[in-house]
Amino acid sequence: MSCCAPGAEMALDVAGAASVLPSSQEVKLASRSLGGDLYQTDLSVPAVHCAACIRAIETALGKLDRVEGARVNLSTKRVSVRWRGDEVPPFVATLGRLGYDAHLFEPEAYGKDKTLSELIRAVAVAGFAAGNIMLLSVSVWSGAAGATRDLFHWVSALIAIPALAFAGGIFFRSAWNALRHGRMNMDVPIAVGVSLAYAMSLYETINHGDHAYFDASVSLLFFLLIGRTLDHVMRERARTAVKGLSQLAARGAMVLRGDGARDYLPVGEIEPGMQLLIAAGERIPVDGKIIRGSSDLDCSLVSGESTPRTVASGEAVQAGILNLTGPLTVQATAAAKDSFLEEMVRLMEAAEGGRAHYRRIADRVSALYAPVVHLAAFVTFAGWMAATGDWHRAMTIAIAVLIITCPCALGLAVPIVQVVAARRLFESGIMVKDGSAMERLAAIDTAVFDKTGTLTLGQPHLVNAPSIEPAMLAIAAEMAAHSRHPFSRAIAGFAGFAGQPKLESVSEHPGFGIEATAAGSTWRLGRRGWAGWRARTGGEGNHGYGGTVLTKDGIIVASFVFEDALRADARAAIVQLNDARVSMEMLSGDTAAACADVAKALGIDRFVPVLVPSGKVECIEALARAGHKVLMVGDGLNDTPALSAAHVSIAPATAADIGRNAADFVFLRESLLAVPLALDVSRKAGRLIRQNIAIAIVYNTIAVPIAILGHVTPLIAAIAMSASSLLVIGNALRLQGFVLAEVTGAPSATRSGIRASVQPS
Amino acid sequence: MTTLVYLIPAALFLGALGLSGFLWALRSGQYEDLHGAAERILIDRDDKPER
Repeated sequence: MSCCAPGAEMALDVAGAASVLPSSQEVKLASRSLGGDLYQTDLSVPAVHCAACIRAIETALGKLDRVEGARVNLSTKRVSVRWRGDEVPPFVATLGRLGYDAHLFEPEAYGKDKTLSELIRAVAVAGFAAGNIMLLSVSVWSGAAGATRDLFHWVSALIAIPALAFAGGIFFRSAWNALRHGRMNMDVPIAVGVSLAYAMSLYETINHGDHAYFDASVSLLFFLLIGRTLDHVMRERARTAVKGLSQLAARGAMVLRGDGARDYLPVGEIEPGMQLLIAAGERIPVDGKIIRGSSDLDCSLVSGESTPRTVASGEAVQAGILNLTGPLTVQATAAAKDSFLEEMVRLMEAAEGGRAHYRRIADRVSALYAPVVHLAAFVTFAGWMAATGDWHRAMTIAIAVLIITCPCALGLAVPIVQVVAARRLFESGIMVKDGSAMERLAAIDTAVFDKTGTLTLGQPHLVNAPSIEPAMLAIAAEMAAHSRHPFSRAIAGFAGFAGQPKLESVSEHPGFGIEATAAGSTWRLGRRGWAGWRARTGGEGNHGYGGTVLTKDGIIVASFVFEDALRADARAAIVQLNDARVSMEMLSGDTAAACADVAKALGIDRFVPVLVPSGKVECIEALARAGHKVLMVGDGLNDTPALSAAHVSIAPATAADIGRNAADFVFLRESLLAVPLALDVSRKAGRLIRQNIAIAIVYNTIAVPIAILGHVTPLIAAIAMSASSLLVIGNALRLQGFVLAEVTGAPSATRSGIRASVQPS
Repeated sequence: MTTLVYLIPAALFLGALGLSGFLWALRSGQYEDLHGAAERILIDRDDKPER
């Protein structure tokens, strides 16, 4: 790859491990027509990250036949390719050659974010109106009087109308919605305050009054809209990035018709009884039964079991399983909507109840805040009415109270901290779904880990390489390069170790191994019983993956021992979580022996092996009943219901699609240090949010009495409001400062992935 | 006072011009890839210009 930063290769490795190139039929299915024979395909390319990447991709794709143009979007890490004709140009393969893994993504991700553009337009309009009105107001404050003042007030009133109608509409709609359902939210006092202030100011203007509040009502909208836009940007950006990461579920399958014809059908149109052809390297789209062929299957996404399963005809397979070595003919036993995948979705929806009850801090505060504000304004009005009998004066002061208590600081306090925190995490390769996820993460006291794919990489690696003769290892690597089997991949990494052996006629025997001839001898790499058919077979290997050998004419010349590699920094992450006073537990679908090894290596005391998906949910619910707030870290399809059931959840980017959607955080790098980092940033963000809310409350306890006593002029109101907002923003920006200081100041805590991320962006 | 009759509409017009410029830029997608725009400056384009 042509680029520079160390983080990119890592992201690439992670993505490469789980991805399978989409077939050209799949690409075609995912493309949309732009009229005529022009098509557009959107691809997600997670590894693209700098100008060199943009140039490499755009030039290479632009040179392809029938490609009209390619455009990289660096913010969303996508490439859109426009092409002509019936055949799909080989752009996925081209990207692969350049070193970028490309994935198709969901059709619904095409739509632009309408809410965001509406919010930005509203901010622009409110900003324009606020700026102009403020200019006029300053003139009034500095002494314009008589007809001039009236003119300025009238102009202000005119500018404010479109601003209120357009920018204020967002608040009015939301407030009306809340009131209609008998709820109270922060938008109610805003809507009431803004419209009352406008009406009162208009009345003043008509009667040639001294003071008008047009500036206050419009700049209030401006500040609040900024807060709301930030909030929205944070949530959407992470969500689309998560959506676009990769596409693991099969989009369609080749169907074998009764008359021998072959059709490529989308998953939704596959019905029970159809015969599907699954090539090596494809995912099985629906539950079914194998009727022809044998192969090795990677079931890790479904069951959490890390050793590939050897299957022959007659066995049942579930949707989502990856076919590794041989072609299979599968008879569908269920439509896509009745498959294992959908059962997971149902379990997940059932489990999600617990989390739906969580209310964000801002909502909780505003539920208390809104009635208090209204009550204060009403009491002020009643008090002044009783004291002076002057309804105009009483009304003016009551509005001043409403405006000065305006939740500007509060509206900004929470989103701005969360945006800064989310940005910090994003730079470290962690994506946050929404602000409440950070609030929930800050509260956890227990972390539950899945084993396969989370604490371990879910891929075997060769552990006895040093004890194997280099020449033999080179031959094995050469042979292994022809297979997709995880063991083969692990061995193939040692290619080029010694002189190049000359292999002839390499063939793969699905479920058994690889056979090749070289210089008159037959070499076999695979299961002990198959490869060493003339050998004096010794005992089975005592490791989980034991029993893979290399034979020359039936004599065992090397045996290979595999182990699942621990995820980078897993141990360091466990230690840091321990320091953060989080208790830990491991849940897995894998065997007790495999779990015990990993738990011992990492120093986790408690683990529960051989769990079915609903078992994991039960474990988490039991912890929750005992009063614990649980963080679930997992990746597989089988973890998905548990991810939803937990108080908050984190998944690696290699997780199943559905798992990533269920998780609140997704980390892109291999390092498990992402978990303590996310926890740390979330806790700091939580502290800052509480400080900001405290600032808002202190501000109100000072400002409100002054307003109630009737000493607030529009000038004071404007200054007080802006000052409180600036204070809150300044406080939030401290997060950026001290997290950065910590990362650069403490190298021990920032190994590999985390360190790589701290680069100017 | 009479100058204000010209100046205020002039100021509002200029402000509105800026606003409509921003809205146009927003609609034509210039804010869709801020990150990419920043990096694209670094790319030498000796071939044809970007479409």
